[in-house]
Amino acid sequence: MAAITIEKIEKSFGATPVLRDVSLDIADGEFVTLLGPSGCGKSTLLRILAGLEVQTGGSIAIGERVVDGVRPKRRDVAMVFQSYALYPHMTVQENMAVPLRMRRLSSIQRLPLIGRFLPGTKAVGAEIEKDVMRTAKALGIGHLLGRKPGQLSGGQRQRVAVGRAMVRQPAVFLMDEPLSNLDAKLRVQMRAEIKELHDRLGVTFVYVTHDQSEAMTMSDRVAVMLDGELLQVASPREIYADPDDRRVAEFIGSPKINMLEARVRDNGLAEIAGTSFAIPGDITPGISLALGIRPEAFHLVEAGGDNILTGAVRMIEHMGSDLYVHLAVPGTEHPVIARLLAERAPQIASGQTLHLGVKPERLLLFAADGHRLRPHDHASATVLRMKERVQ
Amino acid sequence: MLAAGSLAGPAFLLLIVLFFLPVFAVFAIALTDWQFGASSLSFVGLANFREVFADESFRASLVNTIVYVAIVVPGTIVLGLAIALLIESGKSFRAFYRAIHFLPYMATLTAMAIAWEALLHPTIGLVNQTLAGLDLPTANWLRDENTVLPVLAVIGIWQNLGFAMVLFLAGLKSIPQDLYDAADIDGADVWLDRLRTVTLPMLGPVTMFVFIVVALKAFETFDTVQVLTQGGPGHASEMLLYTLYRESFEYLRTGYGASVAAVFLLIVVALTLIQARVLDKKVHYQ
Repeated sequence: MAAITIEKIEKSFGATPVLRDVSLDIADGEFVTLLGPSGCGKSTLLRILAGLEVQTGGSIAIGERVVDGVRPKRRDVAMVFQSYALYPHMTVQENMAVPLRMRRLSSIQRLPLIGRFLPGTKAVGAEIEKDVMRTAKALGIGHLLGRKPGQLSGGQRQRVAVGRAMVRQPAVFLMDEPLSNLDAKLRVQMRAEIKELHDRLGVTFVYVTHDQSEAMTMSDRVAVMLDGELLQVASPREIYADPDDRRVAEFIGSPKINMLEARVRDNGLAEIAGTSFAIPGDITPGISLALGIRPEAFHLVEAGGDNILTGAVRMIEHMGSDLYVHLAVPGTEHPVIARLLAERAPQIASGQTLHLGVKPERLLLFAADGHRLRPHDHASATVLRMKERVQ
Repeated sequence: MLAAGSLAGPAFLLLIVLFFLPVFAVFAIALTDWQFGASSLSFVGLANFREVFADESFRASLVNTIVYVAIVVPGTIVLGLAIALLIESGKSFRAFYRAIHFLPYMATLTAMAIAWEALLHPTIGLVNQTLAGLDLPTANWLRDENTVLPVLAVIGIWQNLGFAMVLFLAGLKSIPQDLYDAADIDGADVWLDRLRTVTLPMLGPVTMFVFIVVALKAFETFDTVQVLTQGGPGHASEMLLYTLYRESFEYLRTGYGASVAAVFLLIVVALTLIQARVLDKKVHYQ
């Protein structure tokens, strides 16, 4: 049982900073996903947690114990690697036994030939075999114990890697993109299996991925990372519906959120591409904003007007249950993407002019520096006003 | 069919002319009493082979060769691996260490043998001078039948070390870092455990290759024997290829020499087969 406290972690490779002031508290038994594009430092953070990498600054505690400078072996963590990192010369049984042998047998007992004749080796060996068998059965790989990794399929190897991590019952599971080498179908299946494993074991999971669907479906909380910074840590629902930062809003969600540059006018109105939009909150006129609108926040309306975007259909993507309609709206840089019900398909043709309405509460407002402006969030509005005045 | 034949033909022809015919000729000559330059020969059956195995000096030569190989192969592998590990674990001067350890392999052994001869000279040689300076017993290294074979083996190790080291270095580079990380997490973080859990097994294929190549090279040792000892003192440093050379080209007993060559060939083929069949399966983990 272990909570994890990550405090002000800094890491640079040479002069290149990789992690900047990352702090994160993970509760005991929580499933936290580090999500971000490749190169954002998420794997480095995981490796620092594991003890495979040493941080430049800051501190890590696992279960109340500060583990800075403690070797991976003594941290009570297990890790599943993207490549699985199974020992190719060992059978599945031997692979899974390694962590137990290293912990339960002394270095003399592990010696080849001599070791097995020392007192106790045999008893411990039998115990290890029993534990390996039990874990293998729990994962449904009991019949594979005699095989070598080279003879296994990707999914089976993945399970063996999980088994090797699980067998010694660690307090924390670290997973570094464990599903990215699997095909799409298997990935969905293993996603469910890992989630189930977490529920069953009840230990802390830290999971690294660049795949937002993995992060959204499995996690209790998602930590979105970009350029070595932790942008937001929240539940998948909050991350999607209530992002703190423009970069988070843009990273999460497929198709991508529509970002429209707007200028605030009087009376709580913003102007986008010549149309007035009512915006929530109390924001000083004259400043520039970005309005984020999720594709599914749009609905079709009959005619143009205020709070309505009008444009010509450029492309229609039929996804089965939904339609993604790309709309060229005059005055906007990128096409606006709307997600509409598939039943609308017969009514929409390429080149046709469409009017899209959006409710004010579905608008996400971002300041020019990217941070979120919340409706009735007087603090941020005031800060913004003060900033404006300074300028 | 015609196209296939004409494409494979030249290579097949060369293989026959350059490889199969000479091998066949060796076995054929081994069954005759032909002497080099003689105008006539007669078929003697297996008489040459019987003589070869009854011959005291051939048996000495065979035993010497086996002893030599038994010292050179493990010596080269263990030292080559140790040096590769040391170079790999250090951060600076890697290229320099690689180069100086590889030099002996590049150099002509005949020339190097002369340098060794100077080093091992009983009175003015650096080795004996050093030993004498340290009040240790000296020896006439190349003229003493107890020391000559081990000394030749040491030279053999010295020569092959660079080759083994370079291959081991390449092998070490190809071990995925993930495996070492996994070993760290699993608790195999002491050097001996890392070596046994990851490094040595992952170097299996390279070690196998080094083993076979060095063994073949050791079986073929000729130049150091020719330059330094001529097989002496007595037959103490005589080895297969030297015996073959002496019988065929000094004593001109070509038929007898051919039967020695046949025995030698069988050993080489056997070694290659061991690589192809038995051990390949054990070191490639698929």
